[in-house]
Parts: sequence; structure tokens; C-alpha cells
Amino acid sequence: MTVTSVDAAGLGRRRAMGLVTPALLLVTAFLVVPAVWTVYLGMTDYRLTGIQAANPQFVGLDNYRAALADPDFRNSLWLTLLFVLGSAVVGQTVAGFALAWTLRGVPRLVRGVVETLVLLAWILPSSIVAFLWVAYLSGDGGTLNALLHTTGTDWLLEHPMASIIVFNTWRGTAFSMLLFSAALGAVPPSQLESARLAGAGTFAQLRDVVLPHIRGHVLTNTLLISLWTFNDFSPYLLTAGGPNHASETLPVFIYNKALYGGQLGYGSAISFIMLVINLVIALFYVRLLRERR
Amino acid sequence: MGRLAITAFVAAAIAFWALPMLWLVTAPFNSHPGLDVSWPDWTLENFRKLSENPYAFSSLKNSVYLAVGTMLGVTVMAALAAYSLSRVRIPGRNTILYGLLLLSSIVTGTAAMVPIFQLMFALNLVDDRSGVILVLTGGLLPAAIFILKDFMDATPKSYEESARVFGATPLQVLRHVVLPIVRPGLATIAVWALVNVWSDFLTSYILLRDPTKLPAGVVMYTFYSEGGQANLPLISAFSLVYALPVVALYLFVNRRYGFRFHGGIKS
Repeated sequence: MTVTSVDAAGLGRRRAMGLVTPALLLVTAFLVVPAVWTVYLGMTDYRLTGIQAANPQFVGLDNYRAALADPDFRNSLWLTLLFVLGSAVVGQTVAGFALAWTLRGVPRLVRGVVETLVLLAWILPSSIVAFLWVAYLSGDGGTLNALLHTTGTDWLLEHPMASIIVFNTWRGTAFSMLLFSAALGAVPPSQLESARLAGAGTFAQLRDVVLPHIRGHVLTNTLLISLWTFNDFSPYLLTAGGPNHASETLPVFIYNKALYGGQLGYGSAISFIMLVINLVIALFYVRLLRERR
Repeated sequence: MGRLAITAFVAAAIAFWALPMLWLVTAPFNSHPGLDVSWPDWTLENFRKLSENPYAFSSLKNSVYLAVGTMLGVTVMAALAAYSLSRVRIPGRNTILYGLLLLSSIVTGTAAMVPIFQLMFALNLVDDRSGVILVLTGGLLPAAIFILKDFMDATPKSYEESARVFGATPLQVLRHVVLPIVRPGLATIAVWALVNVWSDFLTSYILLRDPTKLPAGVVMYTFYSEGGQANLPLISAFSLVYALPVVALYLFVNRRYGFRFHGGIKS
């Protein structure tokens, strides 16, 4: 760490600071300022239109009190928890690990096909994959109904939360798969071999040999995908939070309240709560990175 | 695990990931596309209809503009910042790095959409494509600086030192010695920024109003979310055209470098 900071090009501190400045200015303007501004906006009754748009009043913690009493907000918090637990902590982790584990032993071609499909689901633009799922789950001639012989079931209307959880598992598993593939590559094959010779089944091998080696990766993976899923806006593209708030996760709730409904002050208060939750997850993550060094 | 169990699992995984994607391959070539997957009659009629839509082509141009503008901004600024942070002991360097790491994960586009909208409104940059580029660049920079700094820490300094010995000025060293060495790292950041902006929906959705300024991600959404019967010939052809650059980039990167973990972290 210390040896790296030799000024080999002879840049000098002043010039180096000059080169860092443009990036820091942009980051300050578009990340730091908005984050700080949320604190202030969240304590006003600011609105997109009307009297409060021209002349917002300071209302202290009223927005936070209103949030705690707002059944829509509590519902949204609960749905977000379900979404993160269901699609990230369980869905993507389990699917990503299962893929990484099984794909080691299949022919190259098959492995390539599966990895390509999983990665494409991850990198294709979100409004395309959202429409693909709208079509797939549609009650009006969607492919899933044809496969399951459940004609007329409108999955997004009848099972909105289950739909977005399965969708996000499909969408985001690639990251866990890549991370666990890299992690499994570091497990010494000799240890797996001797466990197998000693008669350990798959489950025992995973528990006694694999898990101790990849515990750190599991934690890193869980923190990152939870953070991303928590901040994911794509449920909006599938259900827009509906029907009747049934799939309104926190980002969608903020959009609907603040930018669609015009309650910028209230929306900012909820945004601030989101920023605090992000901060808690990020602090865990940074601590984990430091411990590993 | 038995062979049979593995085969069954892999087959199930292929079905789970491929089935929703099939529509993207069949519907654009079907003369009467529905929401289901059916064998197409390989017509190009849908693409002809697409070419007549006023917003389809302009939205792709807008996407290119946003993606290239952001990619250039992120790559250049991140490279300069990362190099300086890697090689020079700038006062407060560790605080800057720690702050960037935290910021990149905390202040996401979704958590900060309200104040970002407010800020751009106050700066009179709503409905302005340059405003979208600024916001996206600011959002991608911290992670880009981090990835590039790791990359630069790992490159040897001996070349720079010998160039200095032969009398090159610091800026000449940057241009003719450092730049060629870190080119793979810059390429990674450039591709990562391109894919991110090409897929972006929320930033433009919030900040742009004029339909002729909207990028493909938002136009795609308006195509299917507006009331009435969805225009499936148009949507299917447009999805494919909008998806192809990403697929092409994926195939290129996969063939050239292999899609393994080198820090290709998506935000």
C-alpha cells in the first residue's frame, strides 16, 4: 500500500490535485449536494405545484411522523423487505451458487450457453427485459400460461410480488454466478477429492470443505446484491407499483409520491430513510473489505 | 450429485432463462406478432413499420449521444483522477477514496431522484440532454475511479521512471507511457459506462420531457405503457434493434477477454 504512492511521473502535488478536481467537482455537485439537500427538503412541505411550490414551509420532522403513520409507507417497507429477501438473499444467491457449482462439471458448450443466457438477462436494457416479462406473464396469450395450461391467469395482476421476485432473480443472478465461480476456483480440488474419497456426499462437501473457503464471498455477495435490489427501479417497469400498491417497493413509492404525486418534501423524507439504509449496508461492506486486507 | 440431477438442473436453468427471451427472437420476424412465442414467417415488415415511426430513430440517436457523452466524460475524468490518486500523495487522499467508495454505494439514482430532480430544476437543466449526461457521469465516476485506481496501483512504475530519466515532461509521460499501459483498464471502464447508460431508464425518465429528446429506454417504455392496444409489430422490432448493440458488445467482450470477474461491477 505505501510503496505504490511514489510520484513516478514527477507530476507534483499541485498538478495532481488539478487532475483530481474535475471528477471531484462533478461527484460533489451530483452526489454530495443531492444527498445533503434531501435532509433539508425532507423537513419542508415542498410540492411540485401550488403555494408550497413557491413558498415552502419548514415543517421539522412532520414528514417522518407522517411516514410512520402512513399505511402505504409501511406496506412499501414490508414489500421492499420481501423483495430483497426473496429475490436477492434467497433467489440470486441460491441460483447463482447452484449454477456456479453445477456448471463446473458440464461440457464446455453447455456451460457457454447457460452463462450467455444468464449474462444477457443481466445486461440487456431494463425496459426491454421488463416488456419481455410483461409479454411472458400476460393473461392475454402469454407464453407462461400456454406452458402451464393456466389460460387467462394475469400473473402481474394476481401475483404481483411473486412476479417481480422471480423476475429480479432471473435478471440479477449473473453477478452471484460470476462471483461464486471465481470463489469456487480458489477451493483446492485436493480437499474436495479427499472429502469425496472419505465418503462425503454433496451436502457434506459443501458444508465442510466449500463453505469455509467462500464464507467471505458469500457475505460480500449478499451485501452488494441486497444493496442493488433495494435500489432497483425495475419493478416500476413491470407493475408501476400496482395493482393498488401491491408491488410498490420503496423506490417506486418515492417516485409515485414525489415526482408523480408532486409531494417533493414527503418524498425527500422517504429518500433520506433510503439513504440511511444504504449507508448501513455500505458501512458493513467497507468494514468487510478492510478486514480482508 | 448424480449425473441425472445435474442434467435436470441445467435443463431447467436453460428453460428458465431462455423462455422469456424467445419472444425477442421470434416476434420481430412475425407478420402478426402476439404476446406468445410462435414460429415466425421471417418477414421484415415490422422493421419497415419501425422505420416510419418518428420517435424510434431519434431515440436511438439520443441514446448514442447520452452513452458516448457519458462514456467519454467518465473515462477521461476517472483516468486522470485515478492516476493522480494512485501515484501522488495528495493531502486527504485516504479520506477522498473512502468517501468515494461510500458515496458510490449510498447515493444511488433511485435514492436521490427527488433532490437530483430539484437540483436540475434549479439549474434550469430539466429537459436538457447535457443535464442527463452530467448526472449520469457524476453517478458513475466514483466506482470508475475506484476500479481504475486498483488497476493503476497494479501497473509497474519503472516505465514512467525511465521516461523521466530520458527527460520527458510529466504530461508527455502520461500521454506516451502511462496511457498505452492502462488502455485495457480504460476499455473496461468505457464498455461498462456505455452499457450502463444504454440501459438507463430512470434518469432520463425524470429529467426529460420533450418526446424528441427521449432515449430508447424511455421510448420503449412509452411504447408499451401508453393506453390502448400495444403496437406489437413496432415494439418487437424496436426491442431487437435496441438490444442488438448490447448483444454485439457482449459477444465481442466475451470472445476477446472472456466474461470473468475482473471488476466488471454493474451499478
